[in-house]
Order: sequence, then C-alpha cells, then structure tokens
Amino acid sequence: MQIQPILAALRKHKIPAFLIVLEIALACAVLCNAVFMIGQRIAEIHLPNAIDENGISVIGVQGVNPDTANADIARDLAALRQIPGVSAVAALNMYPLGNSGWNSDVSTSPAEGLNKDSPNVAEYMFTQGGPETLGLRLLQGRLFTDAEYADSKLGANYMPSTHVVIVTQSLAQRLWPDANALGKQIWVGKENGYTVVGVIADVLRPSQNGGGIAHFHWSMFLPVSPAAGIQVYLVRSTPQDRERIIRDGVTKLEALSPWVVVDGKTFTDVRDKFFANTRSMVWMLALVCVVMLAVTAFGIVGLTSFWVGQRRRQIGIRRAVGATRAHIMQYFQTENFLLSTAGVAIGMLLAFSINLYLMQHYQMTRMPWYYLPASAIALWLLGQFAVLGPARRAANVPPVVATRSV
Amino acid sequence: MFAYYLDLALRSFRRNRVLTTLMVLALALGIGASITTLTVLKLLSGDPLPQKSARIFAPEIDPLTAASTTPAEKLWRDWGNLMTYTDAMNLLHARKGVRQSVMMLTRAKVTPQEAGQHPFYSDGVAATADFFAMFDASFQYGGGWSANDDESRAHVTVIAGFLNDKLFGGQNSVGQMLRVNDKDYRIIGVLKRWAPQPRFYSTSLGGRGYGNGDAVFLPLQSAFADKMNPQNVNCFDTGFDIAQLDTAPCAWLSLWVELASAADAGAYKTFLSNYVAQQIALGRMHHPDVDLPDLMGYLAQQQVVPDDARLQVNLAFGFLLICVVNTVGLLLAKCLRRSREIGVRRALGASRGAIFAQFMIEAGMVGVAGGVLGLIFAELGLWAIRHQPAEYAKLAHLDMAMFFATFVVALIASLIAGLLPAWRACVVAPAPQLKAS
Repeated sequence: MQIQPILAALRKHKIPAFLIVLEIALACAVLCNAVFMIGQRIAEIHLPNAIDENGISVIGVQGVNPDTANADIARDLAALRQIPGVSAVAALNMYPLGNSGWNSDVSTSPAEGLNKDSPNVAEYMFTQGGPETLGLRLLQGRLFTDAEYADSKLGANYMPSTHVVIVTQSLAQRLWPDANALGKQIWVGKENGYTVVGVIADVLRPSQNGGGIAHFHWSMFLPVSPAAGIQVYLVRSTPQDRERIIRDGVTKLEALSPWVVVDGKTFTDVRDKFFANTRSMVWMLALVCVVMLAVTAFGIVGLTSFWVGQRRRQIGIRRAVGATRAHIMQYFQTENFLLSTAGVAIGMLLAFSINLYLMQHYQMTRMPWYYLPASAIALWLLGQFAVLGPARRAANVPPVVATRSV
Repeated sequence: MFAYYLDLALRSFRRNRVLTTLMVLALALGIGASITTLTVLKLLSGDPLPQKSARIFAPEIDPLTAASTTPAEKLWRDWGNLMTYTDAMNLLHARKGVRQSVMMLTRAKVTPQEAGQHPFYSDGVAATADFFAMFDASFQYGGGWSANDDESRAHVTVIAGFLNDKLFGGQNSVGQMLRVNDKDYRIIGVLKRWAPQPRFYSTSLGGRGYGNGDAVFLPLQSAFADKMNPQNVNCFDTGFDIAQLDTAPCAWLSLWVELASAADAGAYKTFLSNYVAQQIALGRMHHPDVDLPDLMGYLAQQQVVPDDARLQVNLAFGFLLICVVNTVGLLLAKCLRRSREIGVRRALGASRGAIFAQFMIEAGMVGVAGGVLGLIFAELGLWAIRHQPAEYAKLAHLDMAMFFATFVVALIASLIAGLLPAWRACVVAPAPQLKAS
C-alpha cells in the first residue's frame, strides 16, 4: 500500500482529518487516566488481608457499664462460645475495615522519640483467642501465651500493660528494613515499650487513617484482658453458620444486659460497606470509558462515511482502472491507521500531562508507562473497527460510477 | 428569517435522521454527565451558613510538645480547630467574639420511655450555650440553654425535629424527660430541620462530612460530668489518664467564634497570638503559630470535598469535550454535503451572514435538543447517585440553577461546535457548486 496518495488526499481534507485526530487524542488521554484510576481502585479493593474473611462475624456492643465491663465482657464471650458452630471467640478494641480505630505514632526506642516521619500504626488489642478468631497467619516467632493475656491490663492511657507485641510483615519491613524484627522494640510514647515476639502476614487497618494505601498494612497486635473499650466481639465459624450465629448472639447478649445496644454483621458485609464508594467509582469510570469509546467510534464512522460519499467518483475511477475491492478497503483502513497514529501520539503526550496535573492536585501516583501503549493499541483497534463499515461501503462502489457525470 | 432558518434546520434533520440522532445523543450524554457531577460537586462544596459564613471563624493553635517537629500547617490540616480542654475554656471565657461555642461529638444512647423498647444510638453534640444562635439552628418548640445552665451542669437537652417525631410523634415535647446515656435530661427545646451541608463543625470532631443533622444536643459541662466520651481524641504527650480529659495533653474540643464583621478577624488573631505567647511564657505551650480561617477557608483547609467528586467533574468535562469535537465533525460532514444547496441559496441572493446564521441556528437546535435529553440523562445520573452508599447521596437533587445551567451549557457547547461548520459553509463559493450540477 502506498502512503503517498493517502497523504495527498488528506491534505485536501485538513479539517475533517484534524477533527478525527483530535477526537482520538482526547479519547486516548481520558482513557489512559480513567483506566489507570480503575486499576488503582481495584488494587485497593484486592489488597491482601490475611484473616479468615469469610468465617468472621462482628458483634458490637455499645453502652457497657464501665464499672462492671471486665466481668460483663468475660460473661458475654462465654455465652457466645456456647452457640453451636462457633469455633473461636475474642473481644477486640477494633476490627479491620471497621472505619474507626485506635492509632499511635510509634518509635523503635524511647530515646529516639517521635518526629514527623514516625509511622502511624493501628493498635489492635484482643483477648485470649484473638489470633484463632481472626485466623492470623504467623510467619515468624510465636503468638501470645495464656499468661500474657491474663497479665495485660488496659491502662488509663488506653495502652495495655503487656510487654509483647505481634506486628504485620509490612510494619516490620517499615521499622526494621534490614534486620529481623523478632526481639526488637516498639515504643508508644516513653512509657509503653513492647518487644516483638511474632510477625504475621499483612492485615488491613480499620481505615487508611489519612496515610493512603502505603500505610494500610501498618498494624500491631497486643494481648489484653477484658476491659471497657475492648468490646467488639469477633466470632469465627463456617461461612454458612454466620447468619444464624449472629441472630442467636445478638438475642443472647441483649437478654444478658438489656441496657446495651448490640449490632451484628458478617465480615463480608463490613468489607462491602468499606469499599462501597470505591466500587461505585470503578463502575462510574468504566461506564464513562465505554460511552466515550462509543462516541468516538460513531464520530469516526460519521466522518469517514461522509468522506466516502464525497469520493464516490474517485473510487469508481480507481476501480475502473483496475483497483480491486481489497485495494479500496485497504486504502481507507490505512488512512484511518495513519490518523489514529497521529491521534494516539498526541493522546499519549496529553495523557502523561493530565497524569502530572492530577499528581499535583490529587492523591494520585505516577502512571506506569505501559498504560500509554495499551490505550494506544485500544484506540488503533477501535479506529479500525469503526472504519470497517464505511470502507466496505466504499469497496462496493461499482466502477461504472466513473462513467456517470453525477 | 429566524422561523425560516428553523424550518430549514428541521428539514435538514429529517433528511439525516441517524446522523442527527447520533449528534444529539452524544451531546446529551456529555451534558448529562457534566451536570450530574457538577450538581454533586456544588452540593459538596456548598456554603453551610450562607448568611454569615464570612463572620464565622475557626481559631487554630498548636498545642504540641516542645519536641514536636510537625509543621503547624500539617497539624491543622489533620486536626482542624481541635484544642485541649484548658485552651478551649480559656478562649471561650475570654468572650472576644460576638458569640463563641466549644463543642464535641458523642455517641448518645437514647432509651425510650416505654418499657420493652430497645435503646438506640444516635449522633449527639455536647456544646456550650451559643451553639444554636451562632449556627442558625432555629427552634420549633422551646429554646436552647444559657451559659449558666452549662456551668451549673444542668440536665437539660435540645433534640432534633426528627428525633421528636420518632419519640413523641411530633408533639411539643418540651418539659418531657429523655434518657441519654443512662442519665435523665429534661427537654427544653426541639429544633426545626437543621442539617448544614457540609457538616463543617463535625469533621475535626470525628463525625461525618455530610448527611443527617445530629439528634441530641447537651450542655458540654453536663455531658462531660456524666462521662460521655468525645468521638475523637488526639493525644500528643504521654503520662495521661484518659478518664481525666480536662487535664490530659489531648485535643478533643473545637472552638468556633462569630465576629461582628469579617474585618474584626485581624483583632481576634492578635488576641489569639497574645494568648499563645502568654501560654508559652507560662511554659504550657511551645509553638507560637496561630491561624484564623473563616468557615469557607476552613473547609478548604480541611479538604472536606472528596477527591473523587472533583475527579468526576474533570472526567465529565473531558467527556463533554470529546462529545463537542464529535459534534463539530458530524455537523461539518453534514454541511459540506450540502455545498450544492448552499451554492443555490447564495446564487439566489443569500449573503454569507445569512448562511452563517442558518447553520448556527441549526447547531443551536442540536444544542437545545441535547439540553432536553441531557436533562433527562442528568436526572437519571442523579437518581443513580441517590442510590449510592455515599453519605451525601440522598441530597443529590437538581436545583433551579443547575436546571438552567444545563441549557446554557448545552447551547454554548453546540454553538461552539457549530462555529467551524458554519464558517466552512459560508465561505462556499457558489459558482463551482452550480456548475457541478
């Protein structure tokens, strides 16, 4: 296929050609960034969370009398444990993706103190049975002993009196990038120091807490005995038993202390609610992408059809002097390919600048380079697909048209 | 002439039904998306107190320890106008504003009077006396409490209209008792519907940014004496007892001040600086930075509007731009196809201006049709948003201004799209076109 005659013809139709290039460039730029945003959000939804998400139910209790909380919580846990099908129960101060939680800036020695780069860490505290209920995956070291739970009392500053802690892999990596975390210390302020006895696979925080995805796995786990404030009950069972156990559990707890407000839900619901906004943004972005590509495709069809109609005579002459249908098809396909190439070249540049702009004004990271060629290929294909109809119509122009004067 | 051009445009549409439908549809989709996202953004970045927001200020100070290296701007972005009990009370009692109120949010357990009904949790505010007057919360029945009630820890409460409807069937409940967090409070006022959007006073206190108003309002000192916990506590030093929040190195109260005019802000800021300087001299504080943003400035600083909402507006307008370019292309194709008709009209005496006007009117009609259809798409889009889980979702409705904006945007978009084709049409030379036929 010779490109020279196509370029010569395009030079005669500068404005329509320019419009197609512009449309493809804009579509390419928007597509790149929208797909990148979709990818980021899907990655966020699929962040690893090494707990038994499908087996955990959350039963929250509010309005516990602080004076009798210790005994009440122990009694509630015993009641929940008796429900058939329950394999483990624990009381926690908060739970992953629960959207409200306790956090502290921490340091690795009391002397070091805090500065603005100190990591902000989610402080999970649980009573005996916590690791089994959550289904934590131990990678290194050990879990807590019975005595460590029993001896640990929640202090007036809401930190437990224990001296041991389990950290997630990501937090260990952040605090001691080059060393083994076991035996190292984490300090919350100058009074509460904890020695790392175990490292577990990453567990998500209750919320991103303003730190973004990078901080989403910075959690530590502390043993504590029942106390006011440690009053979210987690119950583990098989997935199909969850609904029944929640129903029974709520009834039991309400009967035990009629003045409290009990609220039960499965962890699956917790996850759905937490990511609901993110998911709807993904759908909205995807919808915009699809509609935008459709509009672009129709634009190409419209302009190319117009231009096929204008050149019926020329096509007829070409057919009369020996061009096959395939030649005519190829002509329009190549022409579209050239326009698309110009379009995606400008589009990729535009996409990159939009990404830079978004990085400046929003919490957005740099777009990986492969998004650019990927959306370029998508628009090339779209262009070829859109031009197929008009090109086929052009190929069907009979040679006899050349002999007519109109 | 106008009527004649309208008629010509209609004839042209009828001749190219598919092309016309495509043009209108694309434009309508772009406009629908833009108006939907703009409506949401307008809702999210609205002024919660339009009459007086320029006179409402959020004093910000830096209570962190001497060792802290956190820049004050970063602290304020995270904490807003949160303060320790001591600072909040000192500034409140200085009474340097026309009105001032210190507040916290708390989960309020409400126990219905009838036996057998379960207690439930609702959003509670514990605030000092000026809260209602300063924030334009007006009463359906009764009124608020006085500064004396607050200091004497009176067990009085104001409830929201919707809670009054729920508990007392909308009757005047002033004088009735309400059990809040297992303590009895006497109802002295019932609010009319009050739910400023954004909930500017709530974000730094650990509350939602948008959505329903709060249900139960209590005097701050009474709630504090009854050991109700604030929703958000930020401690910045060690060695404290969380049960003694009034002396703990923790920020958990926010202060808002109403000044007589925006011009008084300078004087208040000086007062604030002097206060901090005095506290530094006493050794209580260590950082001299202060700030006094007004309400809208404060909302901007707190970045209340979610990034996603602004991104969606950008995306929608990007999409609209693509639709406009698309319309330019299709209009151009249409009008170049009619070169011969233009040639005839020119030969019969139509001026270039007349041709230009004819094609602009045709473009404008595409715009009006796109606007009407866009309005339908926008209503559909807003309907979809109302079914989203976001806390502001229920509030997404098209208002009068956005209704007209739809047509303005549609008309402007289509006229811009029509410029190039109309110009190409009016420079068509009549002679060659006539010769060809």
